[in-house]
This record gives sequence, structure tokens and C-alpha cells, in this order.
Amino acid sequence: MEFLDALVNGIATGAVLLLAALGLAITFGLMGVINMAQGELMMLGAYTTFVIQQGLRGWEGYVLVALVGAFVVTALFGLALERAVIRFLYDRPLETLLATWGVSLILQQLVRSVNWALVAGVGVFALLFWGALGVLRWQRRCLPVWGRGLLAALAAGIGLTTIALVSQRLGLAARKPWFGAQNVDVTAPAWLRTGWRLTETLQIPYTRLFILGLAVVCLLGMGLFLYRSPWGLRIRAVTQNRAMSACLGINTDAVDALTFALGSGLAGIAGCGVSFLGSVGPNTGQNYIVDMFMVVVLGGVGNLWGTVLAALGIGTLNYLLGSGKLAAWVQPVPGLADFLGFFSTTSMAKVLLFILIVAFLQYRPAGLFPQKGRMVES
Amino acid sequence: MGQRQRLLWLEIGVVVGTALALVFVIPPILVGLGQGFRVNLLGRFLALAIAGLAIDLIWGYTGLLSLGHGVFFGLGGYALAMHLKLQFPPDTQVRLPSFMPLYGVTELPWLWRPFFSFPFTLVAIILVPALLGALIGYLIFRNRIRGVYFSILTQALTIIFFNFFNGQQKLLNGTNGLTDFQTIFGYRVSDPQTQGVFYGLTVLALAASYGLCRWLTSGRFGCLLVAIRDDEPRVRMLGYNPTVVKVFVFAISAALAGLAGALYTPQTGIISPRVMDIAFSIEMVIWVAVGGRASLVGAVVGTLVVNFAKSLLSESFPQVWLFFLGGLFLAVVLLLPEGIVGWLRTTGWEWWQKTTGQRRLSTYPKLELEMDADYEHLGDQRPNG
Repeated sequence: MEFLDALVNGIATGAVLLLAALGLAITFGLMGVINMAQGELMMLGAYTTFVIQQGLRGWEGYVLVALVGAFVVTALFGLALERAVIRFLYDRPLETLLATWGVSLILQQLVRSVNWALVAGVGVFALLFWGALGVLRWQRRCLPVWGRGLLAALAAGIGLTTIALVSQRLGLAARKPWFGAQNVDVTAPAWLRTGWRLTETLQIPYTRLFILGLAVVCLLGMGLFLYRSPWGLRIRAVTQNRAMSACLGINTDAVDALTFALGSGLAGIAGCGVSFLGSVGPNTGQNYIVDMFMVVVLGGVGNLWGTVLAALGIGTLNYLLGSGKLAAWVQPVPGLADFLGFFSTTSMAKVLLFILIVAFLQYRPAGLFPQKGRMVES
Repeated sequence: MGQRQRLLWLEIGVVVGTALALVFVIPPILVGLGQGFRVNLLGRFLALAIAGLAIDLIWGYTGLLSLGHGVFFGLGGYALAMHLKLQFPPDTQVRLPSFMPLYGVTELPWLWRPFFSFPFTLVAIILVPALLGALIGYLIFRNRIRGVYFSILTQALTIIFFNFFNGQQKLLNGTNGLTDFQTIFGYRVSDPQTQGVFYGLTVLALAASYGLCRWLTSGRFGCLLVAIRDDEPRVRMLGYNPTVVKVFVFAISAALAGLAGALYTPQTGIISPRVMDIAFSIEMVIWVAVGGRASLVGAVVGTLVVNFAKSLLSESFPQVWLFFLGGLFLAVVLLLPEGIVGWLRTTGWEWWQKTTGQRRLSTYPKLELEMDADYEHLGDQRPNG
């Protein structure tokens, strides 16, 4: 019975991890892009859920709208991010890391201080800068670098002026932040708030089951998309050999954009799911980012099964270690029990888990299911 | 005297001159301008510059992007802080750091005991981070885990140590960290004169670290580092063992970061697990990226520029600093991939030659004629790690 309890709770922890890591399995696993802003994309999805819930106040079925909304919003944001930043960095993975870290900092501050004035200013800037570039491109002309710099400076100046003007004219209404620095709470609908009573003592909250179901659905959808659709075929081709795919007529630019948008959209769905577990704040993304990467690294890059196993394994082990269950089980062995007892808090469990992961990588350096190939590197 | 030797003497002269200026000229000027507190700030940032050099050594030259240097920095800082916390006036009864009785600790934990001795502390500042770096490096490099995976593992390392130090309330005062240092060798730590000594020591350590890094990165060993960065499998096939080199250079870099932490701590007056946050480790990388990778001067300049910008901006606009920092990351990666010094060396230098009308044909050095051509400039055209 205790074993069942541990298993169920472990899988529930792992499901959250799995859902969060799925998006990363696409962007990092398939494209090799280290997106440090993945956690912030989750946060964006969670905030979208919050906004939709506020908008549809009183209707229990808002969850479905929120799921779609979170997916669409983050996928669009991911698309913009890929076009604006990441496409220039495909052959420089470490620099992608720095750039996306910058994006994640900007997003964290953005949700703290976003208000109508800021939105107006950024909108004006985007309209002027990209609008002008678009018009020039339509006219088949190209600006030199200094010209672009000048344009950007001009647009930024006008944008800043807009912020100042709007916040002055409209007063408090424009200056009040939408969310602020505090966490916001997404209240789960009534049908998610209870639990499924398995035995006398064991009750699984429906939110956990919901997340598990969400993870399974996303996984199935992703599997079908990658292995049964023409675009999935193209994505896998580009993953294996970009140059060859381009030669065979695949539009690698479009594939990159689509893949990244898909990975971002999955992060949004994960954010929506996570928002039912606790409050959502500017730092929500930071709590998940390293765990997500550990899942992908442990699972083996570009492999869905590896991701699933790694997520469930890390989740279960984390729960067993953190709750002290494992220490209780090995009570007869005094030395081992003391050792495990020392690690039986949530944060210390992570310490032991990391040591275990590094030890495992000694044995299988490329994760659970390494990509087969005959490269010099491997 | 060959040209190379003349350049070497010139460089030594410039370093010594800068160090002397930093100690004897700049502080009086700042005090004269009524900006006395900036001297302390400068001292801290010079300590951080040592960490910048450490990052440059392994990222710029060897191509290993470590996101775990905050840990080594923190270990060095904690080592010195523990020594400082163990300075008791001779007549005290309870010989325990001030926070311990609050948590009901009555006896000094064994981990603290060796830190009574100053020589041990000095050794620990260097050796503890170096050994940890060597161990982690060995475990990671032995299996040829590299590139992105190395970054992710070192990042996990910061999380681990952050959690560990945060969780140890009784042992290390948890989140609050070690603060409120009293004396060292009987002098008060917060006295302006003691701070002046720390400032001088920092400048000295920075100059020495610069010398060490310069020595390591020039010559055969430096070539080997750059070769590992650019094409590791080929280095292996040429008969070298990159693992040993990487472990060695990672340990040196960790030791430098530890030294930086130890010098930073008394000048700031606090060490807390916050330095082991991921954000701090990534910021270290951006200092080097702003200054220019694979150029040691760039690491120092970048650290000073970013940190002064940070302190000025966050003083005047505390809210938007994060926007600026994020924008800086984006701008450096997209617009200035070689950093300030890298830009000056290539585009800026060409522009200068063009405007002054003394442009010469730029060709690669001829191997036959210039045996000791400076390969550094060839190597750092595309550092891609």
C-alpha cells in the first residue's frame, strides 16, 4: 500500500516535469537550441490562463479556452522570438543560451511592470521599426547597418515619448501595472478541486490527474505530428542533416520557425497546467528550468521515450528521497538510512539526485537513449 | 631584442603601470571628487574582474562555457568569511559565531575548526574550489561530455550548491549568509585603512592573475587550449589528451574564481548563497562577452564596464535595470559578438587605419618567415565553443 502511494505521488510529480520538459525536448532535443527562456514561456502560458480565467469569470469550462489560448499566445511569442533572435544563432548554441537568458530577464521584468503605457510604447516602437523595414523591403531596398541603428534609435525615442505622454495623459489608469510583482492565483474550477479517493488514506488530487492526462495527450499529439505528418517528416529530416535537407528542397527556415513555435506552444500548455498547482509569479519559470534540462539530458537528446522515462524517473526518485520514504524503507540498514535521511528534504533531495545523474552519465554519457550515428564526436 | 620580447616588456610595463595607477592615483582622485564610496565599489569590481579572467580562460580560450563559477566564487568567499567569523576577542566565553547560538548550536562544528588557522584558510580559498573543479571536471570531461551539456551540468551544480548552502541553517546561517565581520589580525574589517589594504591586495591579485592567465594562454599550452576549443577530436587524434588539459584548466579557473570570492567578501561585508544563484554565474559570462572573449584585457574591461553600468543604472532606475541587462545580453550576442576589445581589434582597427590613411594589406602571417607569429589573432575569429 505504501508502495502504491509512493508510486502514484512520484508519477504525479513526474507528470509535471514531463509536461514542462516536452517543449524543451523539441527545441533543445530536435533543434539543439538552448532556450533559457523556456521557463518564462511557461510563465507566459500561466499568466494567459490567469487572464482568461478573469475574463470568463464564473464559467467552469474556461480551462479548455485557457489551454488553447496559452498554446496560441506562447506559440506566437515563440515564433516572434525565433524570427527576431534565434534564427541568427543556429550555429552558435552557447550564444543562444546568453541571448535567451536576456529574453528571460526581460520577460520577468515585463510581467512585473507591464501596463497600458508600456504596451502603447512598445507597440509604437514595433510599428515604426519593423513597419519601416517592411516597407523598405517591399520597395526592394536595404538599409545599411548605421541606417538601421538610426531607425531603431528614432523609433525607440518615439516609443519612450509615447510612454511618457500616455502615462501623463491617462494618469493612474495607464501607469497601474496589470499583474505587479506579487504572485497571482489561478483558481482551479470546482471539478478539479477535489480528489480521487483511491484507498482510505490515499487521495490523488484531480489537478495532478489532469496534468498527467495533459502530458499524455501532448505526448501523443507530438508523436503523431512528428512521425505521421509531412511537416513532422521535414522536422526530423532537418534535425538529422540540415544541409542535405535544404538541398532536397525542404524550406529549413520554415521548419525551424514551426518547430520552435511548437516547442514554445507546448511550454504554454505546461504553464497552463502548472498554474493549477500553485500561485503564479514572475519567478515561476526559474523553478523549472534546470529540472527540465536535466530531464532532456538524462533522456537522451531528440528521443521522446527517453524524455518520458527520465521525467517519470526523476519525479519518482525526487518524491521518494524528498519525502523520506526511501529512508524509511531501508530502516534495517542503519548506515544507509542515516545517509538517506540526511537528504530527505526537497532541496537536499535535488542534491542527491544531481549526484546520481552525474554518476549515471558516467555510465551512459549520452543519456538513456543516445542518438545512433557514426560521428567522430560520439 | 626581438619584436615579441619588446611587446612582452611593453605589456608588463602597462600592467604594472595600471596597477600602480589603480592603487596610488585613482583613489585620491575619487576621494577628491567626493565619490569616496566608489573606491570601495572599484575594489569589489576589481575582485570580480579576477572571476572574469577565470571565465575568459575557460570560455574564451578553451571553449567551455561554465555556468557554475558562482559556486567556486562562493566557496572562496565562504572560506574567508568563516575565518573572519572565528575572530573572537580573547575574553569571550562562548567561542561560537554569533548566529549559531540562535539555532541552539553549542559546540563548534568540525567543519569550522580548521578555519581558526589563517594559513589553512588561505590554502582553502584556492584549493577547495580547485579540487571541486577538478573533480567535477574529471567526471564530466572523462566521458567527453561537452559543449551545451557541460553548461547544463555546471548550471545544475549551482542549483545544488545553492540549495545546500540555503538549507544549512545551523552550519552556515542559511539564506542570510555570513555577515557582520569583526576583526582580522586584530584590525577592524570595516575600518577605511583595512579596506584600503584589501583594495591594494585586490589590485595585486588581479595583476598576478592576469600574469598567470597571460602565461598560460601564450605559448604551447595556450595553443593547445585554442585547439581544443576549435576542434577537439582533431587534438585527440594528434595524440594529446584533451581531458587532462581541460581538467587542469578548469581547476585553475575555479581557483581564480575562489580567490575572487575571497577578495570580494570582506569588501562587501557579506557572503550569502545568492552568489551561487544561476543569475550571478550567467552574469559573469556576460562580463566577458561584453569585454571580448579570448582577450584577457577584454575580461577585465568588460567586468568593470558592466558592473559600473549596473551600479549607476540601478541607482537611478531600479525598475528598468533588468530590461537593460536583458537588452545587453541580446545586443552583445547579436550586434557585438566579439565584444568591445574584439571589435577594437578587428573592425575598429581597420576603421582607424582607413581614416588615418595608413591601411596595409592584411595577410595571414607567413609560417616560414615568422616562426612565432601570434596565433591568438587567427584563432579568435570565430570562437564557437
